[in-house]
Amino acid sequence: MSWHKTPITLLAKALEAKQVSSTELTQYFLDRIAAGKVFNAYLDVNPELSLAQAAHADALRAAGKAGKLTGIPIAHKDVFVTQGWKSTAASKMLENYQSPFDATVVANLGMPNEANSHGAGMVCLGKTNMDEFAMGSSNENSAYGPVLNPWNTDYVAGGSSGGSAAAVAAGLAPIATGTDTGGSIRQPAAFCGLTGIKPSYGRVSRYGMIAYASSLDQAGPMGKSAEDCALLLSAMSSHDPRDSTSLADSGEDYSRYLNQPWREGNSNSAKPLEGLRIGMPKEFFAEGLSAEVAQSVQAAAKLLEGLGAQIIEVSLPKTKLSIPVYYVLAPAEASSNLSRFDGVRYGYRANAYRDLNDMYKKSRTEGFGSEVKRRILIGTYVLSHGYYDAYYLQAQKIRRIIAADFQTAFQHCDVILGPVAPDVAWRLGDKSKDPLQMYLEDIYTLSANLAGLPAMSAPCGFNSKSLPIGMQLIGNYFSEGKLLQVAHQYQQASDWHLRQAGEVA
Amino acid sequence: MKLDDVQRIAHLSRLELNPAEAQAILPQLQAVFSLVEEMQAVDTTGLEPLAHPILFLRQLAQPLRADQVTETDHRTENMLSAPAEQDGYFLVPKVIE
Repeated sequence: MSWHKTPITLLAKALEAKQVSSTELTQYFLDRIAAGKVFNAYLDVNPELSLAQAAHADALRAAGKAGKLTGIPIAHKDVFVTQGWKSTAASKMLENYQSPFDATVVANLGMPNEANSHGAGMVCLGKTNMDEFAMGSSNENSAYGPVLNPWNTDYVAGGSSGGSAAAVAAGLAPIATGTDTGGSIRQPAAFCGLTGIKPSYGRVSRYGMIAYASSLDQAGPMGKSAEDCALLLSAMSSHDPRDSTSLADSGEDYSRYLNQPWREGNSNSAKPLEGLRIGMPKEFFAEGLSAEVAQSVQAAAKLLEGLGAQIIEVSLPKTKLSIPVYYVLAPAEASSNLSRFDGVRYGYRANAYRDLNDMYKKSRTEGFGSEVKRRILIGTYVLSHGYYDAYYLQAQKIRRIIAADFQTAFQHCDVILGPVAPDVAWRLGDKSKDPLQMYLEDIYTLSANLAGLPAMSAPCGFNSKSLPIGMQLIGNYFSEGKLLQVAHQYQQASDWHLRQAGEVA
Repeated sequence: MKLDDVQRIAHLSRLELNPAEAQAILPQLQAVFSLVEEMQAVDTTGLEPLAHPILFLRQLAQPLRADQVTETDHRTENMLSAPAEQDGYFLVPKVIE
């Protein structure tokens, strides 16, 4: 059986029908991980621990205590702390760090036990590579080497959740978790031909998620289809009293609209999206967008139109400004969050130093990679005396305008459709010399984070070099279920999401 | 931004840059800040800064919990990752002569 080509909705059925055990499934993926090391998708794998969880899942099933997801393997981005597996955020600073606790996301999805009765019973396959502290758009900023794109190993997998994307695309995991601060779920999903969703800010607990920019960070699923993502997101999200920004009304069945028509009572099965108004922001199709990506997204719009949706033009006038606003606010928050790494309580400490201050400096200088240092410097500068008002406060005020612009657009449409990124994956090394060049690639994804809106990526074609192209859907607050519905209806009428990257080993 | 600024913020960030590194990073930071300068053209008179996206939607109630001890003693686990430790305490260089 090609279990790595099977969506988790069908893995769940196979487990339920006892066609396969969790132990067999886990071993199957562990074997593929061992054979697929070339992609550098994983940072830590521990077969013994994974198989123990699988045995636990099988025992739960035998005892009639299995839930929908019990026994399905999953890979976690290394930004989530886990007991048992190392938690490094792909930084030398946290090399060999062992967390004393599990992140809420990991606990929600993991084995149920006395302290965690709600655990979904999924089996952890290991921790996936990423850009160091989630700072990057190509996964080339990992202290443990870049991730290679399974569609073509000369190309980047995208970032920062590049390891999760490559793991799923190469069939080294059926599904994975990611986090998205400025596009870090959506862009690698697009580059690797996957579906991924960043929910509204506050839906998924940030407890145990190593912080980058706390007012923007949000976790979500990366998988083979909108249906798989809906299933996983339902188990990931919860109200968490240990995250002060966690929303009270976070538990939801995000699968409930998938097979419904957009308009209740519409019985025309050929036009399930009748009544849906899709807005295409003209700024997302302006200069800078590659012709091939534009064509694929336009073709997706045509297909959605064929399903009954109405396409209209909308405007998000501050799209270009989202780049400077983000690259002020995110580094500002990062410079504060990363001040905890001082070589005292955990993490890297330099070998030689003169005094306490020198120990801080040497430990941080040797422990952080160059992109992390660059962002700490930018953040410190914009928060420093004399610059705070002009940079930090001004960025926060424009952030309000960006959020308001979305509300103006949503008066005319229900969801927004556009590209995820200006182009497909680039060649390894092509943009790593010039950080600003890389920042500009985030233009279409940043504003959803600044506004806190749910946004997702779904495959919609390939370029002439057979590299995947993704389309982005952005919805209003708390409309994840409806976004997934639109993507699911699209995937019922197209097969881009079913294409597989070349076989490993 | 000048070379002096780079060394000043490096110190504030508790990072060390040797002269060659500072020279190399300066144009990168200047490029970022030339983009950041584009924000100055936007009229934001009368606008409140937005620090948190949900505040755009509604006031968030300050989450409060009962004033009870909920944490148990995790000292042993927490000390496992300490770079230098003695008798359950973190060791740092001497700060008081």
